[in-house]
Amino acid sequence: MPVADDAIRCDACPVLCYIKPGRTGACDRYANADGQLVRLDPHVVLERAVSRGDTLVPFLEKSREWDGALVSGEETFVTAIGAGTTYPDYKPAPFIISSEVAGVDMVTVVTEGIFSYCGVKLKIDTDRHLGAECSTVRAQGESVGHVTTNEYGSQMLSLGGVRHLTGGSRHEGTATCDALLNLCNRQAVELKIDDGATVIVQADKAPIVDGVQEERMRVGCGSATIGMFAKQWFGKVDEVVVVDDHITGVLSEHQAGKLLGVPESGIKLKGRRSTPGRYFRVAEPGTSWGGTNIDDPLSILGPFDREVATRGLRLLMVSTTGEHHAYFELDEELHPVEKELPAALRESVERIRENCEPALCTVLFMGGAGGSLRAGVTENPVKLTHSVRDALTRVTCGGAPVYVWPGGGITIMADVSRMPENAFGYVPTPALVAPIEFTLKLSDYATLGGYMDHVRPLSSITSINRDEESRRRLAARPDNPWPLASNKSKK
Amino acid sequence: MLPDGRRLHMQDGPIDVIVEAFGDADEIALAYRAAADRFIEILDELCGELAFLRRPARDDGDLPSGAIARRMLAAVRPYASRVFITPMAAVAGAVAEEILAVMTSAATLSRAYVNDGGDISFHLAPGEKFAVGLVERPDRASLFGTTTIKSGDPIRGIATSGWRGRSFSLGIADAVTVLADTAAMADAAATVVANAVDLPGHPRVGRVRACELAPDNDLGERLVTQSVGELTPGEIGDALEAGIRLAESLCGSGLIRAAALNLQGETRVIGAQDRAQLVNIPVPDGSPVHA
Repeated sequence: MPVADDAIRCDACPVLCYIKPGRTGACDRYANADGQLVRLDPHVVLERAVSRGDTLVPFLEKSREWDGALVSGEETFVTAIGAGTTYPDYKPAPFIISSEVAGVDMVTVVTEGIFSYCGVKLKIDTDRHLGAECSTVRAQGESVGHVTTNEYGSQMLSLGGVRHLTGGSRHEGTATCDALLNLCNRQAVELKIDDGATVIVQADKAPIVDGVQEERMRVGCGSATIGMFAKQWFGKVDEVVVVDDHITGVLSEHQAGKLLGVPESGIKLKGRRSTPGRYFRVAEPGTSWGGTNIDDPLSILGPFDREVATRGLRLLMVSTTGEHHAYFELDEELHPVEKELPAALRESVERIRENCEPALCTVLFMGGAGGSLRAGVTENPVKLTHSVRDALTRVTCGGAPVYVWPGGGITIMADVSRMPENAFGYVPTPALVAPIEFTLKLSDYATLGGYMDHVRPLSSITSINRDEESRRRLAARPDNPWPLASNKSKK
Repeated sequence: MLPDGRRLHMQDGPIDVIVEAFGDADEIALAYRAAADRFIEILDELCGELAFLRRPARDDGDLPSGAIARRMLAAVRPYASRVFITPMAAVAGAVAEEILAVMTSAATLSRAYVNDGGDISFHLAPGEKFAVGLVERPDRASLFGTTTIKSGDPIRGIATSGWRGRSFSLGIADAVTVLADTAAMADAAATVVANAVDLPGHPRVGRVRACELAPDNDLGERLVTQSVGELTPGEIGDALEAGIRLAESLCGSGLIRAAALNLQGETRVIGAQDRAQLVNIPVPDGSPVHA
């Protein structure tokens, strides 16, 4: 029943709360969403489960409808998301779940790790200049990380890490934790790079650089683009310049053009020649043509060589994404005059575009399972490290595969896009709370000093609860290896 | 039952309790049955008198009819002449107490507790004891101290209140945890003490009228805390001091036995001569793991 100021009356229980738009009732389970009474999505209930220490366990199920059974043996994997701790026991509740998989007793040790040593590696698909290497990356004005290497078509940022989380001021730690949490939970975050761009990043979404949404990655550097398309241009145009902040390519001088017999055009490029047909630094880095700062492509050309160039010479200038292009012909004074792009060349520009993959931001969570986390798994933590190293123990984050770094300790990286939504939490330390599961044979678990008396069967996961929905059952992603599948990668 | 096979979890509307009993298996089963039977009546019973329970308590007014409602009113009455308080301030503790009472009358138990969203009522047979952990903030399970309560102690109730919790607070304490003779008494006292930990008019404390957040809330037009910015050590000390003064007077009159007040990482404890261990106890094995 609608009442004044858009509040609605919830009739889910006899308390009959009036709930204002955007608020929840006394139970935190029903809410007013734009005038509609809604059950909160399982995430919120789950978050509540984490913060209140309830023992609600989300399930990942293989992609099929839940059949109503509480457990389904090897088809069910208990993730650490929402496993939390059990107040008022306040004891670690690493769920230690046994299940039989293909006749072998397996055990999965499930815990929500609190990671002070953690961060994200962010790959931003863009050729635009975001900032100089080592520049500080800021969120909410605080230093949360730095610009690291420029990879092929992408700029890498390294965010977080213990020195930002707990090594700086409280504000720095809070802003860092906030940025990491949002990125890991696939929310958008605005980052400002010192003396560089402001970029809005979100896992699996295109980056927005200084307000402009990035569309596509470059097909290759300018030189590579010449190599890839030389044959398609041959005969249709006399000269091609592929503008790129890294290496600008020139068809007639490039090895690919030479092999085809493209004659010299008399073109003069600014910048520093690397090898024939390949030029560094034709302009300054920027967010325009091919990741440079130029809007007028002719600004990177000097006058044509009067001894070589001829009237009517056809010139195509194009960026490495095909996003920018211009077509010129030389007039009697050998000045390039812009003309409409001929249909035959339009096709090649389209082809460049077509070969450019959608630009995305990708977020890898990186963290180290410390001594105490490992102690929650076994009384002899180093044995867990060895077991992971020997590939006897499989590590997953919310059921998603992880890369375990070689060397000491258990330092992992996981693609947050392959984890269930909102899998991460935080504590005010500040530190990130991330799900981590260790799956191994029951016999191996006994060998490494596991807490055998805490092992409980999967079938024990049940509770009396009016709201069965508070347990979050998710279909496992078909592209993730099934965490309980037999381990074929033993060393 | 919860996955551990030991504890009973029950939930109805906004009531969410976790119960654990210790003793013979048959007795535990009896106790859980009694708890569940009583539990299903509670929400309807309370809602039947909700309008009364949301009004300010008076020293001399009518008595409500329900057993839990009476426990609530009794717990808040000592404060009625001093501050604004409604019986709702003790609802969680009173519910916990009621469930514990039916369990202990139905079965012989060595120990038992009923935890209603952090407000806990417990039973100890002679010679028994409970270890209790204290959380710094009610919305985060990180421990800042532990204490042991023995059967000879008068304490049978523990409650925590703070602005981050599920209920609104007029104060700025992250958590005020109170030990008292009953859970309803602890609940009422924690609410009052948490309200007293305050810096009235402070610019970095965000307050909103309760009725703007929840139109039918018992706090009505009163300003409830929605955010607390970073405070200076002096400000934290002043705010805690206000709460400590009140807690000490409550301790003196026997309304509470001990209290721990927490604000932005600072903790003050009173009434804990034997409970010096209330603070700065290292987190025991297996609590939230720090990597």
